[in-house]
Amino acid sequence: MTDMANHDATTTPRPRHPAVEAFEMFTRNLSAIVGLVLLMLIILGAFLGPMLYPTDPFEMVWAPFTPPGQEGFLLGTDYLGRDLLAALLNGARVTLLVGASAALLSVCIGVTVGALSGYYSGFVEEALMRVTEFFQVLPTLLFCMVIVALFGTSLHMIVLAIGVVSWTGVARIARSEVMRIKQLEYVLAARASGATHSQIILFTILPNAMPPIIVQATLMVGSAILFEASLSFLGLTDPNVVSWGQVIGANRQYILDSSFAVTIPGLAIFVTVLAISLIGDGLNDALNPKLRRR
Amino acid sequence: MTGPECRDVLLGVRNLSVHFRLRRGGLFGSRVTLRAVDDISFDVRRGSTLAIVGESGSGKTTTALAVARLIEPSAGQVMLAGHDLSTLDDAGLRRCRAEMQFIFQDPYSSLNPRLRAEDIVREPLRNLAANRQDRTGEGVESLFQAVGLRPEQRRLFPHQFSGGQRQRIGIARALASNPSLIICDEPVSALDVAVQAQILNLLRRLQAERDLTFLFISHDLGVVQYMCDDVAVMYMGKIVELAARRDLFESPRHPYTQSLLSAVPAVDPSRRGLARRALVQGDPSDPVNPPRGCRFASRCPMVRDICRTAEPRLTEVSPGHKVSCFAVAPGSEAVTACSPA
Repeated sequence: MTDMANHDATTTPRPRHPAVEAFEMFTRNLSAIVGLVLLMLIILGAFLGPMLYPTDPFEMVWAPFTPPGQEGFLLGTDYLGRDLLAALLNGARVTLLVGASAALLSVCIGVTVGALSGYYSGFVEEALMRVTEFFQVLPTLLFCMVIVALFGTSLHMIVLAIGVVSWTGVARIARSEVMRIKQLEYVLAARASGATHSQIILFTILPNAMPPIIVQATLMVGSAILFEASLSFLGLTDPNVVSWGQVIGANRQYILDSSFAVTIPGLAIFVTVLAISLIGDGLNDALNPKLRRR
Repeated sequence: MTGPECRDVLLGVRNLSVHFRLRRGGLFGSRVTLRAVDDISFDVRRGSTLAIVGESGSGKTTTALAVARLIEPSAGQVMLAGHDLSTLDDAGLRRCRAEMQFIFQDPYSSLNPRLRAEDIVREPLRNLAANRQDRTGEGVESLFQAVGLRPEQRRLFPHQFSGGQRQRIGIARALASNPSLIICDEPVSALDVAVQAQILNLLRRLQAERDLTFLFISHDLGVVQYMCDDVAVMYMGKIVELAARRDLFESPRHPYTQSLLSAVPAVDPSRRGLARRALVQGDPSDPVNPPRGCRFASRCPMVRDICRTAEPRLTEVSPGHKVSCFAVAPGSEAVTACSPA
């Protein structure tokens, strides 16, 4: 029988999920691995550091502006004589949590808006895209400051403010991906197989739209950290928690006398955001199907 | 063909139209209507295969999608085993989908790359078979066997299969809900010739084994001649000729069909000289703004005055052979004259 011709002797390959291939691609990318290792170290420091180094970051422990390495203070002390290493370790947790949850929030808003406006044409699309454009033309940092200044400077409010101002990019990416995928034949096939609209959006289109959204979400963790630092620098922060931006903001008047108190948390922000960007770039290469077959 | 045409008709399409509203030239451009499919009717008998052939843009794929209600028809009726599909709501339509499945043209884009082969085949089983009384959903294993895939391939992902194997997965998916009608939209045109033959043989074997009815869309007349019982030729959204395969290939009546058939290259050198090339000049006219009268008039070698003013209707010229042409079927004028629109 001719149509049985593919029953040849070749062995069946192992099933390989597309995500597994992407992961292997990611691990072959040196700069992405460097970023991942850096981020792992920062996360470890954030969660284990305060336990291993239990100095209270709000306590005045020595004379102000003790330079790094002197009197047993590895990173020195700030203008009130508080231990900078303790501030750095405690601040890391806040910075990372705010960055990650703000990015998660904006991905949730952005994917919902983007998927609905990409899938449904007509009124839904027009309305949602006008809303997106409204948020897009707002000056983001200013809008963020207004929200925090009006509704209080708790961490929840800061996360909410950052999430609300930064979802538009995700929405646009999600929309364009959904619009591209919805006209592929496997979406028609899902409809012919009796799938409902919500099943098609959730289980057929969105899993395939995720790669660029994941990349964008990763990069947004970095930009959310920068946002949080900017707000803290301007004093719009929860006074009961330490964050890197807050340390910079508090010490900024003394930058000429003792630059280390500003430089060290600044470097911490820089390294963290760099690590996240490296991971984002690595993910972009790994998830982009056009690069995969090289 | 003998007997009344409606004997055991599985799929009846009546006056089906699909019009797209387009906007030309940006936001403030004028709105125009593209008549992709314009008032076509045909029947497919149970267990037989009807081919729709035509050049790109003739509306054959749109017809297939509209019959399956994967795009909404603008007008007309689609009757499947006596049920009118065109008036069903979403839920009712989903119940009917088990009876009517689709095989897509491109085996690369018609399989969800994130699903394993078995999940792709299982999707219609999960969504559709549960709604049916008989619940004769076959296991994935027997479906794989039926289309010539090995059971140990079921956990693989689409990118691990070749084009022909992917199309087999698509066929298994179409069989999963145990349908009576399968709409094949150019199922082999994306495959190379050796694989085409395998897939066509598979489709024919499945048709015989499972008493399937095919609506077969193709532009390849060789494939059509091999696969089909009846052929409908489409040109710019209209059926111009509808006949049994032998009738159509041996005595094509419409000038467009004649030129289509004469364009098929003959392999046999002794026959090469026999084929009289009836080439037509030019391109199809603008589908958004079709000419008044017959749409083929601008390219037709047999054009008459009436062709430019009145639209011909599909008229029977011999039993089972219908042509829509003033030059061939004189009766079509009378029909046009009596019809109100």
